[in-house]
Amino acid sequence: MFLVIGLLIVVTILLCLYRAVVGPGVFNRVAAVNVVGTKTVVLLVIMGYIFERPLFFDIPLLYAMLNFIGTLVFAKYLERGELCSW
Amino acid sequence: MLLVDVIVAILLTSGMFFMFVGAIGLLRLPDFYTRLHATGKCDTLGEGLIIVGLIIYHLFHYPGTPLVTVKLLFLIIFIFIANPTAIHAIVKAAYRRGLKPWKWGEGRR
Repeated sequence: MFLVIGLLIVVTILLCLYRAVVGPGVFNRVAAVNVVGTKTVVLLVIMGYIFERPLFFDIPLLYAMLNFIGTLVFAKYLERGELCSW
Repeated sequence: MLLVDVIVAILLTSGMFFMFVGAIGLLRLPDFYTRLHATGKCDTLGEGLIIVGLIIYHLFHYPGTPLVTVKLLFLIIFIFIANPTAIHAIVKAAYRRGLKPWKWGEGRR
């Protein structure tokens, strides 16, 4: 059951990757990369149940935070044109 | 034990349905704002449903390690807070940069 769910999540990641590659403009690409990252979190949790290793339940917490921070930094950079100004 | 498996299968299938709806909306809708309107809510709900199903599965099949349940609960709380915030940040940045919304009669962008 978990193998089927994991393969279906990989299919949705490939569908979103089309928008990340050919999407017009940089905002579409950043949004598609954020969506791919949040789907990867669930894929990592399901991989923990497929391989039955408890290591895979610590990585998604870190990966969710990294994805969130990366998206916020990219949004700030695209809005202001610079990251830190004083 | 069979009833628990049926409940987990229903939760995982509904979560996969919402994630597919979000992905198809990201592909098919004509504009940046409508694409994020489709995918910002569907992905959050779909991932929440899948992780709730995994929490129930873990409670009944691996009762020896309850700490993993707490980790998954932290993960679902963080996703429900952080994912709409990230989508809102991108949409606000695009609106401040002057990206025009889509109207009737225009082509796909």
